[in-house]
Amino acid sequence: MAKLTMVQALNLALRQEMEKDDRVIVLGEDVGRDGGVFRVTDGLIDLFGENRSVDTPLAESCIAGMSIGMALYGLRPVCEIQFSGFSYFCLHQIESHASRIRWRTQGRLSVPMVLRAPYGGGVRALEHHSESREAFWAHIPGLKMVIPSGPRNARALMISAIRDPDPVIFYEPKAVYRAFREEVPEEEETMPLGKAHFVQEGKDITLISYGAMMRPTLEAGAELKKKDGVEAEVIDLLTISPLDDVPIVESVKKTGRAVIIHEAPRSFGPGAEIISRLMEKAFYYLEAPIARVTGYDMVIPLFSKETFYLPNAQRIVRAAREVLGA
Amino acid sequence: MPRSKIGLPYTVEHLSILNERGEVDKSLEPDISEDLLLNLHRAMLLGRRFDERLLSLQRQGRIGTFAPITGQEASQLGGVAALLPSDYFAPSFRETAAQIYRGAPMEAIILSFGGYNEGAFLVKEGNDLPVAVPVSSQVPHAVGIAWAIKYRGKKDVAMTFFGDGGTSQGDFHEGMNFAGVYQIPVVFVCQNNHWAISVPRSRQTHSKTIAQKAIAYDIPGIQVDGNDILAVYSAAKEAVDRARSGGGPSMIECVTYRMMMHTTADDPKRYRKNEEVEDWKKRDPLDRFQKYLKDKKLLSDQKIEELEKEIKDEIQKAVEHAEELMKKYSDPLQMFEHVYAEMPPYLKEQREEFKKEQSETGKEASHG
Repeated sequence: MAKLTMVQALNLALRQEMEKDDRVIVLGEDVGRDGGVFRVTDGLIDLFGENRSVDTPLAESCIAGMSIGMALYGLRPVCEIQFSGFSYFCLHQIESHASRIRWRTQGRLSVPMVLRAPYGGGVRALEHHSESREAFWAHIPGLKMVIPSGPRNARALMISAIRDPDPVIFYEPKAVYRAFREEVPEEEETMPLGKAHFVQEGKDITLISYGAMMRPTLEAGAELKKKDGVEAEVIDLLTISPLDDVPIVESVKKTGRAVIIHEAPRSFGPGAEIISRLMEKAFYYLEAPIARVTGYDMVIPLFSKETFYLPNAQRIVRAAREVLGA
Repeated sequence: MPRSKIGLPYTVEHLSILNERGEVDKSLEPDISEDLLLNLHRAMLLGRRFDERLLSLQRQGRIGTFAPITGQEASQLGGVAALLPSDYFAPSFRETAAQIYRGAPMEAIILSFGGYNEGAFLVKEGNDLPVAVPVSSQVPHAVGIAWAIKYRGKKDVAMTFFGDGGTSQGDFHEGMNFAGVYQIPVVFVCQNNHWAISVPRSRQTHSKTIAQKAIAYDIPGIQVDGNDILAVYSAAKEAVDRARSGGGPSMIECVTYRMMMHTTADDPKRYRKNEEVEDWKKRDPLDRFQKYLKDKKLLSDQKIEELEKEIKDEIQKAVEHAEELMKKYSDPLQMFEHVYAEMPPYLKEQREEFKKEQSETGKEASHG
């Protein structure tokens, strides 16, 4: 097993799927010769040629729309939008068509495509390069919204996303891209979409997060254990939509307490849906109000202040202590 | 250093073969088999009569809103007539006659306009895309299909339709640009019907023609008399043949006219003069084609009368069948299907919740 960064792990997933299946095509701005601005598609053009690692003109809506057409012809396009902040040009194609063609044709046609985009703060970037707007996509029926948190699950989820019969938005936490390495097996590994994952067992409180926020969440869990002797159960959503509420409900029935952590703005964010599910399915087990540690309801500030905006381990620990003390 | 001219020897061609009096330019007359000529005539007539019937169904409240095609029969049928059944057709929402010509059952269209998703059940095969309502959003799909055709080394062609209003959209320009860059087998057909609901063609673009938009992307573009099916077919055939033989994309502007309202929810009297409509009546695509076919001895008044009756019966049967199907497809549980390949657990829960609601409602009703 090699120790890989998330960028390398995603590259491995794409390479292996492209080797196995000539329907898999990567396309987008600078994905070919340049290998993508984050190098996720690095070297694919040398292995598979410019017909499978395709540089497109600079027009995100048409990249998404063209991917829909490719999928309708029977290919498995994986398009890259350079930053999620530019993916809203695609919202119209994905909302109006990719997510609906199966429904519109009552199953005659489908759109098995993946739209990849790096999302989130923490890399000291320009405006439009740091936001976390997964809720836009998660609100669309017919669409899947996936966010990995580390190299190994990124690789496994990417393979599953490519093979999925439905369109998948795949947000990659750019703060994690090169932040750490994990053992990633060379042999194929997949993970089912629509399944949340227990990362750590615990009995006192449930911490629920995903993507780049998994690291501060786990840090907070360690801190709570060390300083307070609290055993936190930690859940990594991995798929935002379709949301898998089974492990969340199961865990909260056990712990009676929960904190939800995401860097997206709080109002109408993924946390709101998770809390609703818990109210519907675990209300009588709750010992305290559920807390949210999230981005604030604003545009993520430019980088001199982004660390004040982004949730961190201290904020999570403080929220957890309040929930535990209640 | 000096300010100099870059020699771009561009002009825009206009093609007209059958004029509004039904006179044909023999030197340009395309070689179309008698069968195809008669099929096209039948499809035009059927398209017109189906439109009229849909309008009456809508006015009676038996179906919902729809977009009539009357006046645009030649510009859409001339286009798709150049395709093979195995080719790909990506329509907007004003190509009903072309959809029927390509094999869509009239029942499917009536069911859809009647508010039944189940209309899609009746379209079991074929490569055609369903209607796309957001204007020009279908253009990139045709581009993606054409890209895939070229990637697979196939000889298929993709053809997409949009209106003059659609040429203001980014997706139109982006699609044309991508197609030019990749040199893929796609044909862009603009039905310039002069009106985007209430906004006239002159307020969509300052360009003299729509065909000239192709120049910017360096792909062949031509303007044709869109009410002249011979001209539309000739231009489409040339474009489709070019695409099939590896010659890349083309664009055709069909100059036609929306004789009716934008949709049945629209009242054109608010924004256009009746004289304009009357003027376009003289350029009717069906009248001139019938005269042409009569001159060729392929059609007579008696044959037209027989055909009218045959079509009327066919439409009547389709309406009756569609209304039977509406009764058959009354189960609201169907609405939960085909959101995903596999229904997510929470949607199953919502379906159960809905079933329960329905049975409660039923009980309340039976207890008065």
